[in-house]
Amino acid sequence: MTTATLQPISARRRRTDQIARALLLIATLIALVPLALVLYFLIKKGIGTWTWHFFSTDPSGRFFGDPGGIKSAIVGTVLIVALASAIAVPIGIGVALYLVEYGKDSRFANVVRYFVDVLTGVPSIVFGLFIYIVLVLGGVGGNFAGWKGSIALALLMLPVVTRSAEVVLKLVPDSLREAALALGAPRWRVVARVVLPSAASGLVTGSLLAIARAAGETAPLLFTAFAVKATTFDLGGQMNSLPIQIFNDVRQAQDRLVERAWGAALTLVMMVLLLTLVARLIQRRSRFA
Amino acid sequence: MEAGVATTGGGRSVLERSPLSRLPDKLLRWGLTALAGAILVLIAYFFVKLYIEAKPAFDKFGILGFTFDNNWDVSRNIYGAWPLVVGTLITSAIALVIGVPVAVATAVYIVELCPRRLRQPLSMLVELLAAVPSVVYGLWAVFVVIPKLLPAEKWFAKTFDFIPFIGGGAVAGPNYFIGGLVLAIMILPIVSAISREVITTVPVEQKEAALALGATRWEMIKMAVLPYSRSGITGASMLGLGRAIGETIAVTLVIGNAPQIGHHLFSQGYTLAAVIANEFGEAASTPIHRAALIAAGLVLFVLTLVINAIARAFVLRAERKQGTRIAGGAAA
Repeated sequence: MTTATLQPISARRRRTDQIARALLLIATLIALVPLALVLYFLIKKGIGTWTWHFFSTDPSGRFFGDPGGIKSAIVGTVLIVALASAIAVPIGIGVALYLVEYGKDSRFANVVRYFVDVLTGVPSIVFGLFIYIVLVLGGVGGNFAGWKGSIALALLMLPVVTRSAEVVLKLVPDSLREAALALGAPRWRVVARVVLPSAASGLVTGSLLAIARAAGETAPLLFTAFAVKATTFDLGGQMNSLPIQIFNDVRQAQDRLVERAWGAALTLVMMVLLLTLVARLIQRRSRFA
Repeated sequence: MEAGVATTGGGRSVLERSPLSRLPDKLLRWGLTALAGAILVLIAYFFVKLYIEAKPAFDKFGILGFTFDNNWDVSRNIYGAWPLVVGTLITSAIALVIGVPVAVATAVYIVELCPRRLRQPLSMLVELLAAVPSVVYGLWAVFVVIPKLLPAEKWFAKTFDFIPFIGGGAVAGPNYFIGGLVLAIMILPIVSAISREVITTVPVEQKEAALALGATRWEMIKMAVLPYSRSGITGASMLGLGRAIGETIAVTLVIGNAPQIGHHLFSQGYTLAAVIANEFGEAASTPIHRAALIAAGLVLFVLTLVINAIARAFVLRAERKQGTRIAGGAAA
């Protein structure tokens, strides 16, 4: 009887393997360095500005002395993004419902799917330009306005919501739909009472991630919502927002303003990270996926 | 009445719904279809509107003249966007050269090598890179990256000044390289997320076959995993390229905003997106300047459309092969 012994792997091959694995690990660590650095500097330079005064006053616009805080920027960001979500989330989920429940693999559905994908690739500043042309130049409801910024952000969120919603809706098992239909439920009730509730947590996750992304966008707001210094709750007028505030402060390159920019950036990142975290937690509890 | 089917007065089966109760169904169906159709109309409208507003610039300089003339002079109202196009291409190329290898390596490591328990947290950390807003990357790059890297850049430019473009020349604070580096960080999450999804779908049989033939882990990755996912990874990189080309705010802050073609890696430059963000405020009063900026936006739009269309074709091919829809995760 012959016993087949396996040739041990040659030293050269083993070394190559080890080096390659080490390189892959190092690359992964390198990928995480920027995240760590950004968070480190944000906290180091931003936390010092976090005082009650910082959150409760508007930017003063004065060249010397107290530059003021970021109250109007926070209010503006919350309102603009809230309106944008109110527009983009229902429409986005609606389009996804069409794709999953009705369109399926029809040619029209595939065309829509393709163009939704195309929309995700459109640069955010182009959305801003588009809204500027249609709503600001077109003079709909006056000049720059918060709600115009919202629509620009909504356009940006729409494809993201649609894509994530489509993925989630597809995960709802067909057997559930068939069971409801077999019990005599009309289609719209199947959608409203079976499909949407089963997919709810996934839909919320996708929407929250889209909202988090929109909250940090600067470019679409530059020439739509524009910026004023005072706090306003009127979406019909110009509005300040956190990203624009940071952008303007950085461009001034004045020490006190840059300091405020770090504080505002820390605030913005915390808001976005919180949304992302909540989204992920909800996703964990979802039934599918 | 036949075969025991009860009918109502009108000769309808009792199992059939009355026309009125079927109304919500129809409404839902056609409402949702209209919504989906509206997206197509929106994109067409988008394009037409941009073109109409950009037309004065195209009329004056010609579409080709506008895109390929190396002369962007606001004070003389002459607009040739070539320096911006070149700046966009250079920064995006740098972003791909730095970002894609790291992103793909991350994806391979997370799927094939890392301990199972670390998989979820690691992919989430990489995706968090996408959660940091563009303006925050800009802020960080202006006040941390630029000053910290300046000595290293100077040394590099001096040491390698025999290589054209890469070395030599004066080192500016804000420059192409910094722009590309920031873009590399920003495209990393999407390239990594899609690559990861593609790599996950490599059939286990192929990997096991390689291992059973005596391949080491790395040889398995090289022989089974990478070739199988090549078209998906290509698509992912192109999506990253599309992202890099359109990225505005961070680049505006670190590119230097000089409307000339820089001759070195560390020269100042400008990009299409940056010029719009930067000059739009002053341009609102000069119609031709405004038209030129909108034209720049249109060029940007078309550029990203073409790149994304190609990218989707690659990802689609990967999907067909694997029979799944690759969503691109949260980073998309």
